[in-house]
Amino acid sequence: MSAEDIQHIITIARSFKEISTRPIKKVPTLRGKTIVNFFFEPSTRTRLSFEIAAKRMSADTFNIAASTSSATKGETLIDTAKNLQAMNPDIIILRHSSSGAPHLLARNVDAAIINAGDGTHEHPSQGLLDIMTILEHKGSLDGLKIAIVGDIAHSRVAGSDIIGFNRLGAKVFLAGPATYIPAGVEQLGVTVCRDIREAIDGADVVMALRIQKERQNDPLIPSLREYSSFYGINNKLLELARDDVIVMHPGPINRGVEMNPDVADGKRSVILDQVTNGVAVRMALLYLVLGGDKTDEEQGGRS
Amino acid sequence: MSRTIILQNGRVIDPLSGGDGKSDLWIRNGKIISAESTIPENTLIHDLSGKWVVPGLIDMHVHLREPGQEYKESIESGTRAAAAGGFTGVACMPNTTPVNDCESVTRYILEKAEGCHARVYPVGAISKGSKGEGLAEFGEMKRAGIVAVTDDGLPVLDSQLMRRAMEYAISHDLVVMSHSEEATLSHNGCMNEGITATKLGLRGIPAAAESIMVYREVAIAELTGAHVHIAHVSTEESLAVISMAKKRGVKVTAETAPHYFTLTEEAVTGYDTHAKMNPPLRSEKDRQAIRSALQNGTLDVIATDHAPHSILEKNVEFNEAANGITGLETSLSLTLALVRDGVIDEKRLVELMSVAPARILGVPGGSLSAGEVADITVIDPDVRYTFTAEQSYSKGKNSPFIGWELQGRAVMTLVAGEIKHNIL
Repeated sequence: MSAEDIQHIITIARSFKEISTRPIKKVPTLRGKTIVNFFFEPSTRTRLSFEIAAKRMSADTFNIAASTSSATKGETLIDTAKNLQAMNPDIIILRHSSSGAPHLLARNVDAAIINAGDGTHEHPSQGLLDIMTILEHKGSLDGLKIAIVGDIAHSRVAGSDIIGFNRLGAKVFLAGPATYIPAGVEQLGVTVCRDIREAIDGADVVMALRIQKERQNDPLIPSLREYSSFYGINNKLLELARDDVIVMHPGPINRGVEMNPDVADGKRSVILDQVTNGVAVRMALLYLVLGGDKTDEEQGGRS
Repeated sequence: MSRTIILQNGRVIDPLSGGDGKSDLWIRNGKIISAESTIPENTLIHDLSGKWVVPGLIDMHVHLREPGQEYKESIESGTRAAAAGGFTGVACMPNTTPVNDCESVTRYILEKAEGCHARVYPVGAISKGSKGEGLAEFGEMKRAGIVAVTDDGLPVLDSQLMRRAMEYAISHDLVVMSHSEEATLSHNGCMNEGITATKLGLRGIPAAAESIMVYREVAIAELTGAHVHIAHVSTEESLAVISMAKKRGVKVTAETAPHYFTLTEEAVTGYDTHAKMNPPLRSEKDRQAIRSALQNGTLDVIATDHAPHSILEKNVEFNEAANGITGLETSLSLTLALVRDGVIDEKRLVELMSVAPARILGVPGGSLSAGEVADITVIDPDVRYTFTAEQSYSKGKNSPFIGWELQGRAVMTLVAGEIKHNIL
């Protein structure tokens, strides 16, 4: 996705954002369209965000969670998707634990696929809403210093953020214990910091990632307590950043682990703006994927 | 006396005798014979002008899937693919269902192989059921016909078991083949560790997961005096260890597969499960190191690790997909590309694909001297073709080379003087 594509999606998203503030939050744009939320992993925020986005544009939405789908009966992803396809949905929104699952689906069904997070690969709509939020506060990403802190290696949010932030001209600094830094990530044009203070120093944006608690057979950190004492975002650390720094988090937050509560709820936090913008970005994606724009380029299933 | 066959006017390349030049090769009663002054009546003469005539190619690392997984491949279909690829003999890995860990399974495989399209050399398991506990019955399996032992695909983690396996293999004059993988370090990875895996969000397998185990194997081979053969070498680091061990006089030989000198991890981009195998496709640095090692002798053998799978195992999520690709029908063409690129010469190709595997396994072939078995491959080095799933004889269509334009292939394959494949 080029910088122009990203800017274009954000421009459309901005124009849709206002709809959510109206007394009657509904426009007829996607009336008669069928959108399936096909979620193989638990998700509250992303699923709800896509569903609200679709409903505000009058599309019909259906939710399928892994526990209620045929996945538990041994049906393959492709078979389940082909059965969905036979019911002629316009868009399938997929959340899956395997990296590349949307690519597999896109090769095997006709419906447009939107990636709502695949494995440890990418979460493109989250990347876009993060960009939209930064743009709202900073006007531009060009030349900004953005620190991303936490488990980069297992974060699909980081996967999309790094690509998007880079493409719009930001300087991305990563911080976290070495067990959280993926191999060769410097080749993506980011700076890996051994000391978190180096990443936060002079930063315009600080993004903390959620720390996964359960990874028993792959010891990445000794304890959440130790992690938090070295990499938790607190107000003292933020003194190193620019005065107008904004603090972000893709949620859900482990309060007191990757971020102190006073930071999450503080004046620098834009975490709830991210959630609000998520709906607008997803409205824009649905609109564009269904050909509401001059380009009919498929937005999902690729990065 | 059976009918005489004369392969006429071919370029006969026979590294063991040092011969390389235009000559005729006479065959009778399944053996190569010296040319005679008069041509007997009824002699079958093949004019092979412009073709190469070489000792039959031997692929010492294939999965024929029978018994137990005949939907992926059978001994019949696998040997047909072998003949089409120019192979007169194949060594089949023991990870069938049941595992080839006792003489009755070995016998079953050899019975099934009778009348098929290539010689089949079963490889026995190191441990019972390849479970990594306790030795399988090497002696009885050897008596039944195995040529080597390995727990391929389920690498032996227990170093004491590997030590005992190597010691015991000496008593039965067997080579121990090692799929070298420290599984606690590869840790469910599904491609090479590095920037490509990071971009794709796939769990990586570090090169060290292989080289650590290669080091263990050569250390135990040195300790015991056994002959260890390192299967499908994929990394520069493993080559450094093998080279060091060879200098120390350790009895170690090693193979690589065509995909490791042809492709890199980049082939996984797009989540192509036909680029998923174990060990994984590595970096360009590794690919170049493997090409050099084929030339300088650190590597002894090209073997395919032919691993047929059905669409059930491959058209799924990348991390769920089975490891392995087919190789029998593309190996020679991909190796001929090394000759055209000037990496190896024709003689070296024959050493890597025929002479060395015959010597390592202790099986007939690898030579065109009079009195040897008439296992012969005729190669057209110039013919161009597109490799397609439809023309593939293997039941497995899981090849990253489908759709590739290739140059050079086997046009005739003879086993004991019998033509098993002929597209002349």
